[in-house]
Parts: sequence; C-alpha cells; structure tokens
Amino acid sequence: MRVSYKWLQEYVDVNISPQELADRLTMAGVAVENVHYLGEGITNVVTGQILKIDPHPNADKLVICQVTTGEEDRLQIVTGATNVREGHKIPVAKVGAKLPSGLVIKKAKLRGEVSQGMLCSGQELGIDNGLLPPEQQNGIMILPQDTPLNLDIVEYLGLDDYILELDLTPNRGDCLSMIGVAREVAALLGVEMKMPAAPLEEGEERVEELAAIDIQAADLCRRYVGRVIKGVQIGPSPSWMQQRLRAAGIRPINNIVDVTNYVMLELGQPLHAFDYDKLAGHRIIVRRAKENESIKTLDQQERPLNENMLAICDAGGPVAVAGVMGGLDSEVTAETVNVLIESAYFDPVSVRRTSKALGLRSESSARFEKGIDIGGCVRAADRAAYLMQQLAGGTVARGVIDSYPEPVVEKTVKLRPARVEHVLGIPVEEQKIVDILTALQFKVQREGENLLVTVPTFRPDVSIEVDLIEEVARVYGYNQVPDTLIYGPATQGKRSENQQLVYDIRNILVGCGLTEVITYGFVSPKVADLMNLPQDSKFRNVLVLQNPLSEEQSVMRTVLVPNLLEVLKRNHNRQIQNGAIFEIGRVFYPREGQNLPEERLVLAMVFSGYTEKSWNSEAEPMDFFFAKGVVEKLFAGIGLVEARFVRHTDPSFHPGRTAAIEVKGKTIGVLGELHPNVLENYGLPHRAVACKIDLLDLIETELQKPRYQPLPKFPAVERDLAVVVKQEVQTRDMIDVINKAAGKILKSVSVFDVYRGAQVQEGYKSQAFSLLFQAPDRTLTDEEVAKQTEKIFRALNKEFAAELRK
Amino acid sequence: MEEKLRNLATEAKEAVEKAATLNELSNLRVKYLGKKGHLTSILRGMGSLSAEERPRVGALANEIRSQLEVLIAGRTHELKEAEREERMARETIDVTLPGKPFLIGKKHPLTKVQEEIESIFLGMGFNIAEGPEVELDYYNFEALNLPKDHPARDMQDTFFINPEVLLRTHTSPVQVRTMEKTVPNLPVKIICPGKVYRRDDDATHSPMFTQVEGLAVDKRITFSDLKGVLAVFARQMFGADTKTRFRPSYFPFTEPSAEVDISCVMCKGAGCRVCSYTGWLEILGCGMVHPRVLEMSGYNPEEVTGFAFGMGVERIAMLKYGIDDLRLFYDNDLRFLAQF
Repeated sequence: MRVSYKWLQEYVDVNISPQELADRLTMAGVAVENVHYLGEGITNVVTGQILKIDPHPNADKLVICQVTTGEEDRLQIVTGATNVREGHKIPVAKVGAKLPSGLVIKKAKLRGEVSQGMLCSGQELGIDNGLLPPEQQNGIMILPQDTPLNLDIVEYLGLDDYILELDLTPNRGDCLSMIGVAREVAALLGVEMKMPAAPLEEGEERVEELAAIDIQAADLCRRYVGRVIKGVQIGPSPSWMQQRLRAAGIRPINNIVDVTNYVMLELGQPLHAFDYDKLAGHRIIVRRAKENESIKTLDQQERPLNENMLAICDAGGPVAVAGVMGGLDSEVTAETVNVLIESAYFDPVSVRRTSKALGLRSESSARFEKGIDIGGCVRAADRAAYLMQQLAGGTVARGVIDSYPEPVVEKTVKLRPARVEHVLGIPVEEQKIVDILTALQFKVQREGENLLVTVPTFRPDVSIEVDLIEEVARVYGYNQVPDTLIYGPATQGKRSENQQLVYDIRNILVGCGLTEVITYGFVSPKVADLMNLPQDSKFRNVLVLQNPLSEEQSVMRTVLVPNLLEVLKRNHNRQIQNGAIFEIGRVFYPREGQNLPEERLVLAMVFSGYTEKSWNSEAEPMDFFFAKGVVEKLFAGIGLVEARFVRHTDPSFHPGRTAAIEVKGKTIGVLGELHPNVLENYGLPHRAVACKIDLLDLIETELQKPRYQPLPKFPAVERDLAVVVKQEVQTRDMIDVINKAAGKILKSVSVFDVYRGAQVQEGYKSQAFSLLFQAPDRTLTDEEVAKQTEKIFRALNKEFAAELRK
Repeated sequence: MEEKLRNLATEAKEAVEKAATLNELSNLRVKYLGKKGHLTSILRGMGSLSAEERPRVGALANEIRSQLEVLIAGRTHELKEAEREERMARETIDVTLPGKPFLIGKKHPLTKVQEEIESIFLGMGFNIAEGPEVELDYYNFEALNLPKDHPARDMQDTFFINPEVLLRTHTSPVQVRTMEKTVPNLPVKIICPGKVYRRDDDATHSPMFTQVEGLAVDKRITFSDLKGVLAVFARQMFGADTKTRFRPSYFPFTEPSAEVDISCVMCKGAGCRVCSYTGWLEILGCGMVHPRVLEMSGYNPEEVTGFAFGMGVERIAMLKYGIDDLRLFYDNDLRFLAQF
C-alpha cells in the first residue's frame, strides 16, 4: 500500500512530518518501508504550450518547436518526440532545470539548431511508465488543454507529495485503505478523523426493477451489494483523482473505472463496474464455476475455471472471477452508458486459492484475501455511485440491492484490565485502555470489573482478549514496557549428555585439525550411483521432495559422505588441494507405514591430500592411518575404549583398505579409503579417506567416564620383540594373543616397526612390538620379564608360526 | 725464599689473568699449585729455614696459594661465561622462521554463533530441545495456529514430501512437541536450534538455513520478561552498549507479536549502509505465545502464559563477522571457513 501524505490529510489532520509519521506508524505495527518525495530532483520545469512545429533542416528525426511558458518568451526547443502537435500543452524543462535522473538542462545546439530546453515525458518526471496512458508511454507527456501556463510542474502534477510505502503484516488488511491508515494516525496522534461522505441524489427508477442478484454459493460470497447508475458519460477522470491513483501506483483509465479504484484505495472495498447493458438478463448470479467453463479476463487472457472457483455470472455465463478480475466482455468501455457497481464480500480462502491457481494477483484479490470490512459494502457502493455521478453524470437508481443472507453481528470481547497487566507485565490505567480502544473505533462498555469491547467489522483480526491487549500495547508503546527477567523457580540450563557429547566431538575434531562444513539436507538422487551403491542398497530408499527447487536438491540424504566429497571437489576446483573436513548432520531413512522418516545424527569425515610441507617438516599424506589416528584420538577423548577396527567391505570403499568400527560386536561406523570409482565419479584426482560414524549408535555404547587410578610406584621395564609372520596375519590378532598370553604385569603393547623386504622371506613380514611390563607392588626382576616375553613369543609361535627375527 | 715466593705469585697471577682458555687455566693450576708444581717445589726448601722464618714463610705460602685459588676460580668462571656466551651466539636461530605446521581446524561460523547463542541462554536457565527436520504439517503449521489456507503460510514457502509431511520451515514445531511432552509440568524453558528449509534461493535466501527458537512457559511470564531476556541476549551477543527496540508485528502463533531491532553494530545507531541509514537492524521475531497454541499443546491459557522468539543464525553471524553474502555459509570454501 502506497499512502499519499497529502491525500491522507483529507481524513485526518496530520501535524507531523512524513518521516515522523512513518516512524510513529512503524512503531505501532503499521510498518512503513520507506518514505519518498514524488517530485524529488525536479526543479524549473513548468507547463508550456507548443506554438509552432517546424522540421529540422539537418535531421529527419528531429523537429523544432516554438514553445511559450506564458511569459513573453519564445523558447526554441528541438525534440525527437513524435507525439506532439501544435497547440499541445506540455511540461517544459527550461535551461537550468533539473530532472530526477540527475540531468541538468543546458542551452545546446542540436545538429546546428539552438535548443533552449526540453519537452518532458512522464518518465523523465519520475512517473512510472505503467502509470501513463499507453499513447504517452513512449512520448512527451501531453497535458489537458485547459492547463494554465507557467505553473511549476511539481505542483501541477501533484508531485509535491510524500509517499509512505507500507509493508503490512497479513493481519492488517484494514490498512490497505486510506481510511484504515487515517484511523491509525488519528489514534496515534490523538486527533479526530473524518469519513468521506456520499450525499447521493437518487433518481426515481428503483434498482430492483433494473437488476437482480442471486447468491448461490453463500459460503463463498457472504454479501453482494449492487447499485445501478444510468446515462453516464465516459471520459477521463479529473486530474486530482488521476494524481491520487498514480500516487498509489494505479494507472488512470476512465472516470468510471477510476472511481472503482479510487474508492477501493479510499475505503478498502474492492469494487467492480460492469457495463450494465452487456449483462445478459441484467442478472448477477454468484456461483461456483463449472468444469470446462472459462472466461476472458480484462488482461485479454483466456482463463479456464473449475468448481473450486467462485464466478460472477450473468444469465449467459461467467462475467468475472470473483474478487480476482473482471471479464473482458462486460468491461466498461468508451461506449458504456449504464453501469452496475459490484461491492461484495468474498471468502478470503476462496479468493486466495483462486488467485493462486490462476497465477493472477490483483489489488482486489490482495484485499479480499486478507478479509475486508463486510459491514462496509453498502457505504462503498454509495460512495462510488456518488463519485460516478459527480464525474460522469447520469442518474443513480433508487436504492441498493443488498444480498446479505446472514448479516454479521459485531463480535463482543471481554477484556479484563488485570489481564492486561498479567500479559504485559506492567499496569496500564483502565482509562488509558478505554481511550486507546475507543480511538481505534472499538466500542467499550464497562461491565463490573471488566470491559466489554465491541469489535468493528473492519477488524476481523481481533477476536479474543489477547488481541485487544495487543491493540492496547502497540498504541501504548512496546518500548514503554520495562525489561525484566523471568520471575519464578530456579531452573538450570544444561546440555543433555548427548548434546554435550556432540559438542565435545566437534571440539576434538577441530583440535585434530579438521574443519567443519555444513551442507544441505537435500541432495541429488544421482548420489547413490556416484557412491557406487548397488541397486538393492538400503541407502537408495530416499525421501523425495514433491516440489524441489531442482533435481540437484530433490531427495533427502541417506548418507553424508557424498556432500563432503562435493565440498572437496568444489575446493579442488579452486586450487585448494588438501582438505580434512567433517560434518555432523542428519540423514533421513524413510520408514514403512510411517509419515515421518527416521532421522539419524551422523558424523562424516573426509581426508584428502597432504599436511602442509614446511622448511623443517615433510608433507605427510592424510591417508588411512592418518584418519585412523584422528578416529582413535576422538575415541580416547570421549572415553570409547572398546572400539575395534575390523576388515570390511563396502561398495563405496576400497576393498583392501576399509575397516568397520565395531563396539561390542556392533558396527557403528566405517573407515576407509574411498573406492577409485567413487573418486572418479566425483572428479577427485587424489586418494581420499572417509569415515562415517552413526552418532546415535555411538551414544548408545557405554562411554567410560574418567575415574582415578593410582599412579605406579615401581619402575617399568621395556622389552622389544620382533617376529616374522605371514603377511596376512593381522596386528589386532597378534596383540590379542600377546595380551592373552601375558600375565597381569604386561601394561601395554605397541607396534614400532613393520617391515617387508630384502631380509624377510617373500610373503612374510617382520613385525616388532614394544612390550611394557610393570607391577604395582614390586620392582620386576630381569628373569621375570624374560619369562613373560618368552611365554608371549611361544604363544605367537603357536598361533601364527611366528619366528624370531634374526 | 720469601722473595722467590713473591716472584712466583706475581708470575702466576699474571699468567692466570692472561689465560685464554679453560685448558690453559687447568695447566697453570698444575704448574703452580699441583703436587709437582712450583709452589710445592719452593716449599720443599722450607727445611732450610730458621724456626722464626718458617711460620712466616708458611703463612705467606698459604696466602699465595689461596690467592691463586681464588684467582683461578674467578678466571674459570669468567672463561666459562665467555665460552657459553660464545656458544649461544653461535646457536642463534632465525626466530622469524615459521613453527611446525599443525593442521588447523575450525568450527563452521554458524556452529560458533549457534554455540554462543546456546551458552547465553543456558546461562539464563534455558535447556536445549531438538526436533525432526522432516515434520508433520500439523506441528509446523496447524498446531501453531496456522490452518491450511492461512494467508500467513505465504510468508514461508514450503517444501513438501506429501500434503501432510514437509521440511520444517521454522524451529517452532519443537515448541509444540516440547510442550506436549512436558504438560502439565512447569516451567518450560527451552531453546531449539536447528536447520530449517524454505523454498527460496537467491542472494538473500538460502533454501536451508539455521534458526534458534526460544520458549518460556510458566504461571507468570510476561511481555516485560520477554523484553528483558532478549535485551540481555542482545547485549551479550553484540556488546554491552547494544540497545534493543521492539516493534509490533504479526505471527499467527504469538499475540502480542513483535520484531526486535538492535542498534546497528556497525555505526552504533548513527546510520550507515548496513542499517539502511536507520540506525537499527532487525534480528528476530517474538511474542507472547498465542492462547490457542498453549491450548493445543495441552496447557490452560488462563493459568499459564509464555513467550517465544525465533532468530536466524545466519543473520546474526553475518552481523557479527561482517559477512556480506549469505551463500558463503553453504559454499564451504575452506579459505572462508579458515577465517573464523
């Protein structure tokens, strides 16, 4: 809604500046998006007249105009416009004039001829092309013949006005009208507002004899008011009305159509004017459209209708899409003599659905959708008939047809002043409450301790007590309410154990040097193929969006690693070769027979490339064991002590370089180098290692809480044991055997060397363990340690045919 | 003999002072004070002295010995110092060379801001609640007083899975789910951070973004409390001198509703490009929980009141870090992420 500051003065005495008014309205919930001056940047442009037009001697496309601005001057102005004729009144930008574009007019020579100014188009004066009559859209603005000369164009065109552009919330449809805004202003400034009058003079002929209205869908049309005016003379509307329409962003058309728009802007009631003589049977039937019915609307489009849409019909068929747009066939034209004015209340939901279905939004539908004043239909019809009579002559038929099957009774809402304090937290004097509501045109009666408030029909958004409290609060001023903290029992704010765990995991991974990424929950369905997933993979069962923005974002992800690969690739394309990244996010598994999918929180990590090379350190590949180190550090950090890495196959991973992460026999994740096919599919030129862990599974494992153990009092003894075993023997198995064979005094085993090569037989490897012995109660003797080491070796020998490395 | 001793002392002192290395000094000590040294060999002649002379010469010899000892020790110390100085001078490194490059990881800026928001509200006694990202229309809209065809649904363009299931457009459904779980107990004091989805993708809209919702329900929660809690939040998040301003607004699930502006973080309210010369920046929407929402969640709106608020984490992160392009958050350029 664009509100003209000057027009507003007609209904309410605004004694503050436009900017101040905008601030007051905004702070009361009628948000003003911006304020601008229509004549911004225009100086020294006046009305003038073309006395003579001569061809330009040196240019076919230019003419030379002799122009007067009313004084004794004769200005010679060269123009390329083709729509000007001798005698036309036009806006003249004199030498020294400024235009909104920043252009400054100078005396010039155009192809050798002196030009002492410029004739202006509407656009050059800052008027939107769409608001100009079609014939002036590409030429000079032609002013009415009765325009006096030498008037400042800013004043003459009513550009000496400020426009407040409202950004209304959906509940405040009442402010889609001048009187609605005036009402707010009156309440905020504490002044009276004036309603526009309609002192109609009606003729003898009764409207019921001229037309009939039949509502057949009362659920979608709760009121339909009609008036008939006969013998009108179609012509342009007066300039004051045109200016106001333009200021509001509506193009003037003719006096009848302009009145309907003007009254809509003024009162908020969308109106439609039918050419009475083109209505078959002079009847209006309001009904649901039939399948296969269609209508050609005012914008020349053929529009198919259906049973969900409300149609305004005459005896022959649809003549308008109710509340959305009129039909071309019954439109008011230059030949129209008799007019039927429609002023109706259409169901907001129905209009909203219809305008959505047709892809057709209009000033009218925008108002119906939000709910208009059902009590104001007659007043609007009267006001329109009055203005039409004033501007187009004719006789208004006696009476109105008011088809109103179930008249709306104004709601009464109880308001307890104590409740105002209860909700707002501060006491507001009862008299103040009454004053505010009364100023907003609610009727207030006292009833014992309470107030009985009658809600006017133009405020359908107000229906319960708290709505009234908001009305009080917003006029009283939100910022008059003090800031307090919640009073009440002590509550503790604490992350749940799971939330804390996720928080810790993030910190540990960042501490390991991984960077966190966040990616979209929806992905391309192609991900399954890119990840090499077999046709029967459970991860192919995805949740599909009905209305995705694109194929690339059309299914909810079931795996997280691919998103990280996309990130790596994007970075790779930007010459960032190395990356260690992670994301903690949800994946979505559809569930048979249930509406909502299972959402699981998962952790994914991807490593690719090398650590940074520097003057004193080599670049280290971020390979399987680098990643495994991160995972082990993570587990140590959160107290997961029982995780085992077990050889594993997964179609997305390298078959020889992948481990399942098991806790007590349950797989909670996978760690491995990505399958070369997957790398190729993602266009990644280097190896990459990925790890995925289901955090819900992780959370369910028993994590060890820190618990103090006494520090050892006696020295430890270290022994190395190097054995040769077959290459396929796995370290984990050897360590298990070592642990089992050793007594309690073996504190730890670590691997310090693995060797394959010249000195070891083909198919075998040499593996060296460092064994740490320690007893809690004594210093160990060499014999004791030697005995244990021997025992361990014998066990390895027995289990894996291990030989001592020579 | 005394003469001899004195000459020896002079000679030795001179030699010690001239000694340039510890080795030289050690040789001098042997030469003069050692078992076969000069001093000893002079003293061997003591037998030929008179009984009167003997104590005097003895005392003199001892004095010379101890003087030399002190002199040698002092000189040793000096030489050691000098040698250490010299070694350290040799060992000088270029301290401006870079250190060993550790892999440096960063949290995503949205996580950082979200965690900061969380800790502010944890400190005010709020807990953290979570809910599904794929949500029922009922929780996302209907239970929040947004029936089908409500015009306010237009404010949130929605991704649907089917007519009843959608991607949540805000974190508000978590309010309802939490109340349903808690009723009839009081109080409810939660924030719900999470991903939300709207069908919008342009320079200022991302189809997925992050919200933090807040809800407090109890017997005497007021609008004034809402103002206070959010004012504290704004000051903690943006600095102690941050001012807040509440503007009436509209949300179907709150009444009264408000939008909250903070004094511009760039110009401190003077007016600049970031705040479109208004001095204020909108950061969140809030209000008193609508009675119908309380009712649908099982509470009696006559007995309890509540407030709710919702903020976009991206918006706050952009203001906090001066980020001017929303799309950077989900682009995940490592050079961007490394900055936070």
